[in-house]
Amino acid sequence: MRPFSYERAADLPAAFAASQDAPTTALLAGGTTLLDLMKLDVAAPARLVDITGLAASTPALAEIRPASDGGVVIGALARMSAVAEHPLVADQYPVVSQALVKGASAQLRNMATIGGNLLQRTRCVYFRDVSIPECNKRVPGSGCAARLGVHRLSAVLGASPACIATHPSDLAVALVALQAVVHLAGSGGERRIAADAFFLLPGDHPERETALAPGEVITAVELPPLPVGARSHYLKVRDRESYEFALTSAAVAIHVADGLIAAAHIALGGVATKPWRSPEAERALIGNVPSRPLFKDASAAAVAGAAPLPHNAFKVPLARRTLERALATVTGLAEGEMP
Amino acid sequence: MASVIAARHAHADGREKAHGAFVVIENASGGAVTATRSPTLHHPDTRHPSPVTLHINGADNHLDVEPRVTLLEALRERLGLTGAKKGCDHGQCGACTVLVDDRRVLACLTLAVACEGKPIATIEGLAVDGALHPLQQAFIDHDALQCGFCTPGQIMSALACIAEGHADTDDELREFMSGNICRCAAYPNIVAAIRQAARQMAGGADAAL
Repeated sequence: MRPFSYERAADLPAAFAASQDAPTTALLAGGTTLLDLMKLDVAAPARLVDITGLAASTPALAEIRPASDGGVVIGALARMSAVAEHPLVADQYPVVSQALVKGASAQLRNMATIGGNLLQRTRCVYFRDVSIPECNKRVPGSGCAARLGVHRLSAVLGASPACIATHPSDLAVALVALQAVVHLAGSGGERRIAADAFFLLPGDHPERETALAPGEVITAVELPPLPVGARSHYLKVRDRESYEFALTSAAVAIHVADGLIAAAHIALGGVATKPWRSPEAERALIGNVPSRPLFKDASAAAVAGAAPLPHNAFKVPLARRTLERALATVTGLAEGEMP
Repeated sequence: MASVIAARHAHADGREKAHGAFVVIENASGGAVTATRSPTLHHPDTRHPSPVTLHINGADNHLDVEPRVTLLEALRERLGLTGAKKGCDHGQCGACTVLVDDRRVLACLTLAVACEGKPIATIEGLAVDGALHPLQQAFIDHDALQCGFCTPGQIMSALACIAEGHADTDDELREFMSGNICRCAAYPNIVAAIRQAARQMAGGADAAL
């Protein structure tokens, strides 16, 4: 790694100041993305400000607590492992727990924070390799090596001419499905933003990945309440059974009342440039009787807008079947599978 | 090998004891390893070396490190604790697994300066007075290694995995140990070794023998 200075943020305003100074200064939480990218020379901050100690003076930053409306608020500095195991999350939001457990190894889950998870960078090999000149995300305006290169793992949804890199987070897929709210704070005050709006499409500026403004930090993620009786599930398909990024994934939460689907929350992972909420699939499901043919139609609607490239065309049917199976599992219609 | 380590880490006064496949490095004064302070101390928020105290296996170690020195590099290259291995150095293989604050973490993605005051446990602290830890013995009993490079990481990860309560079934073990790659593919024997050790450790004092 290149030399850098290290200090601990004394309070939240110190973290705001550090955020204002990005990318010369970087906030250090779990470090599992940042130090990795610094070793690759993809990130080269001159100064790291460690914010992990802020929870000592502001306990809410690492707490997992009930929200007044029946939801759950997760502090941004809470570790992935702590959130996955917390009864408030594991009991009410299995989709979140499952996405966290499948999202990283036990060691990484002990290190990585919820806020950091949302800010992790793509695993696109061209982004991570500084010997490749063309990457619009790493060097704005330089081009996209993936589009003409090996793009088996690239996005089939939400891509732009400038960038086809997938978003790597599993947790974020679950959060977008649940319509979670991201709490931000800065010197100008606090604001809240829907998880879906927090993540940006690449468009002409793939270097801009989130709605986080200079000077802001993530303070919490809020899970809205689900209807009593709603069930949720995260299904992740990958090249090996464990400890691997998703080829495709589906986060689903379904509430069936009086035999009809009353609420549906659907998002796909591994296939898009951001965690991909599917209102098309949600609309196809709501008001109908759960059935395998219905799930097939809803899943087809979710990938109808896909624009695959030669190497990643397999992701379109794979994503469709992933969502179909997740829906069958969560509604108990999958033969031999427990929801 | 002892002389090589002692030469490369003279400040650590490395004394090596072999236990089967495992190597334990101690220093003459009972664990504390002290490195020479640089003549000029800088403010911690510079890029230059600053003092840090690492509490490793029950002993304080004072050393000066640059902020960019990882915990893994401090352990291996400054303190002569070469059990934790630098495999991928990117958090993908688990060979550098150690415990910080009683949780298994990757030393390659942890800055040494960020570990000030935190209890750190490494493979070198597992054996007590020459008696192997049940996990170490179980890895030998089950031939759970071939080249041995991943073994210290596997054992430290397994120690935490058992403490977390994720060692009840083979499937659960495989999932919760998936962050430790074994390129010799000794996985079936690693699972068997951890299951044996978990049973022994749950069995109490006589199992520790």
